[in-house]
Amino acid sequence: MLTLLCPCCGVQADETELAPGGEAHLKRYGPGSTDDDFEGYLFMRENPRGVHFERWRHANGCGKWFLAARDTVTLEVYGTYSAQTTEPPEHIKEAITAKHPGWSWREFA
Amino acid sequence: MSLNTSPKKRYSVFAVAREAARYHTGWGRAWRKPQPKKRYDVVIVGAGGHGLATAYYLGRNFGITNVAVIEKGWLGGGNTGRNTTIIRSNYLQDPSAAIYEKARGLYETMSQDLNYNVMFSPRGVIMLAQTEHEVRGYKRTAHANALQGVTTEFISPQRVKEIVPIINLDGPRYPVLGGLWQARGGTARHDAVAWGYARACSDMGMDIIQKCEVTGIRQFGGEVRGVDTTLGPIDCDKLGIVVAGHSGVLADMAGFRLPVESVALQALVSEPIKPVMDCVVMANTVHGYMSQSDKGEMVIGGGADGYNNYTQRGSFHHIEETVRALVETFPMVSRLKMLRQWGGIVDMTGDRSPILSKTPLEGCFINCGWGTGGFKAIPGSGWGFAELMARGQSPLTDEFSMFRFREGKFIDESVAAGVAH
Repeated sequence: MLTLLCPCCGVQADETELAPGGEAHLKRYGPGSTDDDFEGYLFMRENPRGVHFERWRHANGCGKWFLAARDTVTLEVYGTYSAQTTEPPEHIKEAITAKHPGWSWREFA
Repeated sequence: MSLNTSPKKRYSVFAVAREAARYHTGWGRAWRKPQPKKRYDVVIVGAGGHGLATAYYLGRNFGITNVAVIEKGWLGGGNTGRNTTIIRSNYLQDPSAAIYEKARGLYETMSQDLNYNVMFSPRGVIMLAQTEHEVRGYKRTAHANALQGVTTEFISPQRVKEIVPIINLDGPRYPVLGGLWQARGGTARHDAVAWGYARACSDMGMDIIQKCEVTGIRQFGGEVRGVDTTLGPIDCDKLGIVVAGHSGVLADMAGFRLPVESVALQALVSEPIKPVMDCVVMANTVHGYMSQSDKGEMVIGGGADGYNNYTQRGSFHHIEETVRALVETFPMVSRLKMLRQWGGIVDMTGDRSPILSKTPLEGCFINCGWGTGGFKAIPGSGWGFAELMARGQSPLTDEFSMFRFREGKFIDESVAAGVAH
């Protein structure tokens, strides 16, 4: 079973305690944006086979949102971090690089 | 028995008798194992049901036989070999009903068309209505199906009990309030569908190349030129990507993005028992569905993970949820041992309807996004996608363009029908 450390309350939570929230670090586009940007924001997803950044909510716990870096093939978790950020913190990027030299995910590497 | 002898031998009762008389030494391979040529008119990536069906209808309906179907693993080894083999077409929206009913109709005569027994068994499919919302939703679907020419009816709980004697109508959480009954829905032997198409394609001179992974898509000036593979480069005029869960990986090679996310969907199978249920029952509110295979195993469909993954096993807690749903719907299931559990990677789109579409890369076509309901669509999907690839347009696939998300022209089955896929 997938377990994630909630960075908000510090609980190592089982996946039954968590609600998945899809891809993280989406740039939001609203009225006035181009069709391309709006479609990209609403529907297009990275869906990588490997490193993935995603949103989770500690639904049956503290109720707060946080972000996680996880491998979609091995289910290895590289770390969880606060949702109040626009890019993954350095120690998470380093943990991924140690396992997958040369990885990239959208503009992150 | 050479690998490349022409396997034109027709399967029949006479062939069985003849072979029995000579100790079955005369059966050839069902399909050839060729090395790839340098160039084909059409290359299909993915030798699952949808890819092979596309190749078959390209040859049968359009005379295009200079075709290669290339496959990373082995033929039919992905979701074609991992599904619960259910066939139905009781969809609400017109485009879905059209393509799924086309598929269901083709399944009826597939064994004869392919000269390969796919064991299509139109045993009937019930979708249980267990909330007022579902009752209204399924009545609406039954009316829509009447207009679409799909034969379904809404039936009473008593009728459900007559059709499925082992069902418990008064479950602890959700009593059965009725059901949507499609008498000509059913099941088929999933592997045989892939094998039958493969044999027919090979007989038409097409090359089915297994253990050959695509490593890149070659393009020039916005047009597709071919693919790089682990067995070397292969040129082609047209490329069809039919790789289900791995569509995003191929789209990345082709240089465009897809509105698709991949998750694991589970199924499990019980020990074999004597015949207890001669139809398919789906209980979408409690989320479990079940049919009995010809071997006697209860074939059970489980839940999909909520988060992206490519693990082909799925989360453990979904098994508990599925088994709980089944035990309250069919109390006798509580005495069964489960033999196997597995997962397949399903590609889910934003509106839970498939994508059969041209792509931003000229000459490259994509067929994906079947999500949790791909097996039942195999012949219809192949029929429509072949027409799209050959002619650039098909009435079956018009509405399933990958550009519909930009235009907001969703085919919103999941929300409109309130059904699990």
